[in-house]
Amino acid sequence: MSFKHKHILGIEQLSKEDIQLILDTGDAFKEVNSRDLKKVPTLRGKTIINAFFEASTRTRLSFEIAGKRLSSDTVNISGSTSSVVKGETLEDTAKNIEAMAPDIIVIRHAHSGAPHYLAERVNCSVVNAGDGAHEHPSQALLDLMTMREHKGSIEGLEVAIIGDITHSRVARSDIYALSKMGAKVRLCGPGTMLPVGIERLGNVEVFTDMRAAIKDADVVMMLRIQLERQSNIMLPSLREYARFYGLNPTNIQLAKPDAIVMHPGPMNRGVEISSVVADGVQNVILDQVENGVAVRMALLYLVSGVESMQTT
Amino acid sequence: MAKLLIKGGRVISPAQKLDDICDILVEDGKIAAIGKSLDAKAAQVIDASGKVVTPGLVDIHVHLRDPGLEYKEDIASGTLSAVTGGFTSVACMPNTQPVNDNHTITSYILNKAAKEGHCRVFPIASISKGLEGESMTEMGELKQHGVYAVSDDGKPVSNPQLMRRAMEYAKPFGMVIISHAEDLDLVGSGVMNDGPVATELGLKGIPWVAEDAATAREVMLSEFTGARLHVAHVSTKGSIEIVRQAKARGVAVTCEAAPHHFTLTDEAVRGYNTNAKMNPPLRSAEDMAAVRQGIADGTVDAIATDHAPHHIDEKNVEFAIAMNGIVGLETALPLSLKLVEDGVIDLPRAIALLTNGPAAALNLPVGGLVEGGEADITVIDPEFAWTVDAQKLASKSKNTPFDGWQMKGAALHTIVAGKVVFSRS
Repeated sequence: MSFKHKHILGIEQLSKEDIQLILDTGDAFKEVNSRDLKKVPTLRGKTIINAFFEASTRTRLSFEIAGKRLSSDTVNISGSTSSVVKGETLEDTAKNIEAMAPDIIVIRHAHSGAPHYLAERVNCSVVNAGDGAHEHPSQALLDLMTMREHKGSIEGLEVAIIGDITHSRVARSDIYALSKMGAKVRLCGPGTMLPVGIERLGNVEVFTDMRAAIKDADVVMMLRIQLERQSNIMLPSLREYARFYGLNPTNIQLAKPDAIVMHPGPMNRGVEISSVVADGVQNVILDQVENGVAVRMALLYLVSGVESMQTT
Repeated sequence: MAKLLIKGGRVISPAQKLDDICDILVEDGKIAAIGKSLDAKAAQVIDASGKVVTPGLVDIHVHLRDPGLEYKEDIASGTLSAVTGGFTSVACMPNTQPVNDNHTITSYILNKAAKEGHCRVFPIASISKGLEGESMTEMGELKQHGVYAVSDDGKPVSNPQLMRRAMEYAKPFGMVIISHAEDLDLVGSGVMNDGPVATELGLKGIPWVAEDAATAREVMLSEFTGARLHVAHVSTKGSIEIVRQAKARGVAVTCEAAPHHFTLTDEAVRGYNTNAKMNPPLRSAEDMAAVRQGIADGTVDAIATDHAPHHIDEKNVEFAIAMNGIVGLETALPLSLKLVEDGVIDLPRAIALLTNGPAAALNLPVGGLVEGGEADITVIDPEFAWTVDAQKLASKSKNTPFDGWQMKGAALHTIVAGKVVFSRS
């Protein structure tokens, strides 16, 4: 095994070979998830803390299941139950968690850079489960695993990512991952949601017309419009957003006939994606969720640096 | 009082257009003579041969944090930091607790500085009461108590009508209005310069237009009212250009640049370095080049540090919630001399930006060397090589992005009113 990373802070730090290894490892673990007894002893005796300082259902559940299927002891803390609400600093929280000797801390945090901050201050591994608008590496990896599954290879794919790019850590991690693996990324969103310099992150072309962005695309990925985050300063209305930046049965026909439709969830049906498309034959959205468990098993396994996969 | 003779240095005082090898004799706190081969019996002698002797340096943008925030800095520690950096005069910003918005607080600062301070302190009062941006302070009375300028630094006046009235009111008192020019609506919840680095780091951006739009407004209000405007810490290409054009039209505007803005760019934020977080933020390379150009062509009148001490607990946190600002008094001189080494300006111009430039911007009665005048003098070794060690700074706070930097140039002796208040060992 040639995986050298103690922490997974972002895709930016990973090489093409690293990503390849993670995806291959994910493929191998995927089989475990279809067994009757969904458990391997790989991380027996290891303690994993899922420290979710920002609300999450899917990602936290996915990391927890991944840890449990590897036989580790997983413990969850969340923002609302942690000492954060009592005014403790992140450093003190980190030191207290560390004093209980975990092997891996999986962190989700509203502030960009929080996992890096943690990694500088603890001895155990840190896995970023989403930090602010910075990165969401495990999401990008499950996206790539799903694309590879359906398209055979990532290289040469035309991937359209549509929505609020400014606030999206998923978009940033996907841009890094897809560019490293030789795919092309087309970004599109309202003028208020296309951040300056985003094209410098990788093999990126920025579009303002969604139809041009999805024309002949192999993959169309719709980002969630964060209803709770939007003020009327960013968008005039969700109705108008759906009209210009929503995926529907008409504009999906501009993509390649065998294009797949992805969404990191949770979806706002009728806003960024119509139900007909979300439930249509091209959608692989639940494959993404399924692969999420496998790829997170791969990440936890690889950062823990144990010698053998012991998948049998 | 004992006599002091500073012998054989290159004496540069741009205010007097003086640049010559000569001696300075100090007697009873005043400059008794400036000339060749001065001799004085029973005088303490400082051999300044090979060194540069200048008027005491002047920093018109300092946060001394006293009263109220003494855990960050106080008048004693802040002025010790100043004299260590070669400064003999500092103007301190009013965002203390309570705010310096009345003569009682001003007098407290002046009295404490007289008792515990190591250098001269010129308190800047606020434009609005409590820095709340609603009603103006008693500028007439403040002027009588020794205030030369007013500023809502850090919490800029949003309401253009209040700024207009403050300028109109300040003008007959000869009070300078210092603007921290930022449109807070455009700043929004930004925490660093808006640009590719912010996009990459996933941090909210503060766009250059937030500064430019505010600078343009202040310049127009100054043009409209005729009041003296000083624009603090100009950091963008656009703001430099706005001030340049205003000066060409004869608007009564001056401006300052901070060493960090002509030395660093937003690249320094990488790694979520909270010691690279300040307001205005570190900008792009293009902006930095424009600030340096403004320094070279005379658009910029003064180098001012925006010395902003913060406790480690306020910086050792996630980037987005870290306090804005860095300490600057002890690194300003070598960073300014670096501009000379880089060929941006010559040495006399660098000294002007640290002496009569800032003094004139706020009408402060310092910044020159005249016979009979106050003996505020700095003896500088421009070649002195040293390494910044944040933990060894005289300031109470250690929040500097220059920790570990190799510096060239330092104050060897800092003299305030004829008294040697600092000597480098």
